[in-house]
Amino acid sequence: MEFAELIKTPRVDNVVLHRPFYPAVEGTLCLTGHHLILSSRQDNTEELWLLHSNIDAIDKRFVGSLGTIIIKCKDFRIIQLDIPGMEECLNIASSIEALSTLDSITLMYPFFYRPMFEVIEDGWHSFLPEQEFELYSSATSEWRLSYVNKEFAVCPSYPPIVTVPKSIDDEALRKVATFRHGGRFPVLSYYHKKNGMVIMRSGQPLTGTNGRRCKEDEKLINATLRAGKRGYIIDTRSLNVAQQARAKGGGFEQEAHYPQWRRIHKSIERYHILQESLIKLVEACNDQTHNMDRWLSKLEASNWLTHIKEILTAACLAAQCIDREGASILIHGTEGTDSTLQVTSLAQIILEPRSRTIRGFEALIEREWLQAGHPFQQRCAQSAYCNTKQKWEAPVFLLFLDCVWQILRQFPCSFEFNENFLIMLFEHAYASQFGTFLGNNESERCKLKLQQKTMSLWSWVNQPGELSKFTNPLFEANNLVIWPSVAPQSLPLWEDGVSLCHPDWSAVARSRLTATSVSQVQAILLP
Amino acid sequence: MEHIRTTKVEQVKLLDRFSTSNKSLTGTLYLTATHLLFIDSHQKETWILHHHIASVEKLALTTSGCPLVIQCKNFRTVHFIVPRERDCHDIYNSLLQLSKQAKYEDLYAFSYNPKQNDSERLQGWQLIDLAEEYKRMGVPNSHWQLSDANRDYKAAICRCSQPLSGFSARCLEDEHLLQAISKANPVNRYMYVMDTRPKLNAMANRAAGKGYENEDNYSNIRFQFVGIENIHVMRSSLQKLLEVNGTKGLSVNDFYSGLESSGWLRHIKAVMDAAIFLAKAITVENASVLVHCSDGWDRTSQVCSLGSLLLDSYYRTIKGFMVLIEKDWISFGHKFSERCGHLDGDPKEVSPVFTQFLECVWHLTEQFPQAFEFSEAFLLQIHEHIHSCQFGNFLGNCQKEREELKLKEKTYSLWPFLLEDQKKYLNPLYSSKSHRFTVLEPNTISFNFKFWRNMYHQFDRTLHPRQSVFNIIMNMNEQNEQLEKDIKDLESKIKQRKNKQTDGILTKELLHSVHPESPTLKTSLCFKEQTLLPVNDALRTIEGSSLADNRYSEYAEEFSKSEPAVVSLEYGVARMTC
Repeated sequence: MEFAELIKTPRVDNVVLHRPFYPAVEGTLCLTGHHLILSSRQDNTEELWLLHSNIDAIDKRFVGSLGTIIIKCKDFRIIQLDIPGMEECLNIASSIEALSTLDSITLMYPFFYRPMFEVIEDGWHSFLPEQEFELYSSATSEWRLSYVNKEFAVCPSYPPIVTVPKSIDDEALRKVATFRHGGRFPVLSYYHKKNGMVIMRSGQPLTGTNGRRCKEDEKLINATLRAGKRGYIIDTRSLNVAQQARAKGGGFEQEAHYPQWRRIHKSIERYHILQESLIKLVEACNDQTHNMDRWLSKLEASNWLTHIKEILTAACLAAQCIDREGASILIHGTEGTDSTLQVTSLAQIILEPRSRTIRGFEALIEREWLQAGHPFQQRCAQSAYCNTKQKWEAPVFLLFLDCVWQILRQFPCSFEFNENFLIMLFEHAYASQFGTFLGNNESERCKLKLQQKTMSLWSWVNQPGELSKFTNPLFEANNLVIWPSVAPQSLPLWEDGVSLCHPDWSAVARSRLTATSVSQVQAILLP
Repeated sequence: MEHIRTTKVEQVKLLDRFSTSNKSLTGTLYLTATHLLFIDSHQKETWILHHHIASVEKLALTTSGCPLVIQCKNFRTVHFIVPRERDCHDIYNSLLQLSKQAKYEDLYAFSYNPKQNDSERLQGWQLIDLAEEYKRMGVPNSHWQLSDANRDYKAAICRCSQPLSGFSARCLEDEHLLQAISKANPVNRYMYVMDTRPKLNAMANRAAGKGYENEDNYSNIRFQFVGIENIHVMRSSLQKLLEVNGTKGLSVNDFYSGLESSGWLRHIKAVMDAAIFLAKAITVENASVLVHCSDGWDRTSQVCSLGSLLLDSYYRTIKGFMVLIEKDWISFGHKFSERCGHLDGDPKEVSPVFTQFLECVWHLTEQFPQAFEFSEAFLLQIHEHIHSCQFGNFLGNCQKEREELKLKEKTYSLWPFLLEDQKKYLNPLYSSKSHRFTVLEPNTISFNFKFWRNMYHQFDRTLHPRQSVFNIIMNMNEQNEQLEKDIKDLESKIKQRKNKQTDGILTKELLHSVHPESPTLKTSLCFKEQTLLPVNDALRTIEGSSLADNRYSEYAEEFSKSEPAVVSLEYGVARMTC
């Protein structure tokens, strides 16, 4: 297919662009295969380059022959284009619609993008599982790398290399895989060097209604316990939901079969409940009525901050088990690809100083989200404005970033990166020129040959010039465990992340002020 | 001292206000003439000034003792458990007496002695001089004007109380005065009259022979209601807010629905909106504005002082803010003693009007982080002292009463003490240049109004961020200054030595000797015990004990319920653990 077929009108003059935080600009609108570009063709005005894949929804309306297209982006921005001529406007609108909803991944921009910078370090090789393993293999000999999933045959959503207890052979792993949802047998997520305790994660056990059991599964997770020690299983679903799962062949670990483990249920929401929460939140942020009661009740009704509190609490609990109780834990929900990863990754932020550095955080995302098989392609297909709701869309990753922001706010000096880093990751998860967040798991990424055909986000981010934008000037390495407060009074709304779009004039002044404050801090630090 | 029967009780427990597992600290409770003091087993001290006590409550006897709950006006809440009911009863009775004095002369300010002589005391009182301030504003002049920032506008803010108009009464002199005010403005011939009340309230007042200006009787006025509720609505709103945020194990939804139903932020926004209206009338329309409410000392003070703060950057400095409070609050007769309940009086006169003003200022500092010379700590400290009765400034209900009390001879002024400590209150991001002449135009979209955690939970340390960016930047500034000073010293030393002789050996020696002098950068800035609020002030000792600070008990009720053995692991661990 040629993009040209989809572009009915490639160019329109005298288009006026309205967007929050900027004065209106008049210029020429161009459509390319992947971008919408508006340029005033004057030297000192900024151009707009918008990826079609960033477009969540469009509205069009007409007043006489003047058409207006309102573009709602996945990063919550709302921009408006005034286009003279009804035909041009209709053509542009239908082209944008077609180009922003291309079916084939291989038509996406990352496959066409040619970087303008010299690649110093290839991000595709920055965080290899072998290197990550070396970080703790000096401290323990109880774990090994297994290549049992080399061909993605045992578990389609796992990477080819996983870390498992040394005493468990690949044959046993294959058996355990048949007992766990999606073949996701328990693997190592985090090793706490201080006391040797570990976080493992998996899919739910397939016990079903008749209480099926799997000796190898029991052996595997018991292999992680020291003699006489007990461990905790954190199920991210409420007991009720977990019990219901048995009817569909899923379930949870029975005490009788896992006597050394105590099960704790937490209730973290999933799928459409989260998506609806985001839609309501963004809708509330865009409400222009300046009515305080309405705002507070809409914020409450969105439940967004309730989700934040639930996820953070579960992560704190996991960290507490490891660091305070000296107990190893296994975490899973149903599939083990969403709430499970929120909890394992946030627990590491709390426990592990390295994950609060830029590279450590990148490694964490690579390990706990990309390799661990969080289905980015499905979850981030649409954002808060889209009308066609799909069951698998959910802002799971955004909630994780929001939780990180909450901890960062409570420990502003303990993170090497700043808020912009989190916002950048959010934007690239939804629309990007890089291949990092394409596909739903390693297996899909391999088939797409992303390493050969696209550029890694990390190749770009880790250039010194780019890194400086994401560095927290107040950072001071902190080797301690950081315990955040999860009281509602301590969890504010992440305005800059969630209401990026706000088209209010004084918000401009404010954001500029914050920007100057940061540069002032930098000036103080680097006299 | 006649109220004190028991001065010391041992084995008292201080419960963590928000802990769901009833964590507590054990220590000794002391009762002095001015303070209640708790010293826990880690020797951490908690001081509570009697005047700060808003309510004392004795709860039903439990197996571990008799619970005593004290709520303070600075939003501290403490929950003691006294082993013997008799002791609890004694303390309870004493506190009831000590926290509600009948006479001004029994207030702390009249016995407080900071060891200054009379002339120092007098100097302190003369620090803020309102005659100076009017001179600074350039009043009187041929017309009068508001301020430096406003030199071009020639418009003025005036204030008064409601007219006693009833349904038809009028007063020609009043009409002439208003005309004179609008004539004093050479640019604009009309003026605004802002009634800060909701229209309904103002109309109800007409039945009592009061009311509002009839536009037909006054030439060139534009009348505007802005709808700020009265002191009774504000008092119960704060009460509701405190009930909500004092709840143990509060859920997010209960927090926000409570915040909404308390109406607190809506009231804050109303005050802010009124001040913005005032500022816009002056800057955009060049019109003078007359502000009034019913009496002219509550809502009017809020709106006029906030309006001034928006218009004139001088009031955004530490000294200027003191002047503003003296001018728009103290001298215009805001009834501090009644509103803060300094004496045992009518509880219906108590209202958080001034607290609301401080909160509006805080919202401005949040929106304009570089525009204010002072930080949040300054606002909190002032709030502390409007209730402390330690200084004379806020005693009494009007200027007349204050003169009768001879406050300037018998008590001390707060301002010199704050000024002396101003380092603690500086905003490290303040940029005097960029905002010198700008009028602040705050954004009042709802989500810019947030719950002021550091005010309403200032003593609940578990709820606060663990590292304060402000303190760190402050420390860095100090270190930089010190380093720059060192560089200068060294440079001048080099110069001196060079002048004497240009010997290479000497330079070596110099470099060697320099090393020990350089400031120590070893100590980590971040992980020392950081208090968000000003430290070293005996009156604001903050209970920062590590035990009470443990957060993780709130993550998992499961542990504490079923496995008591595990709970013991919680003891004595810092909030950041190795």
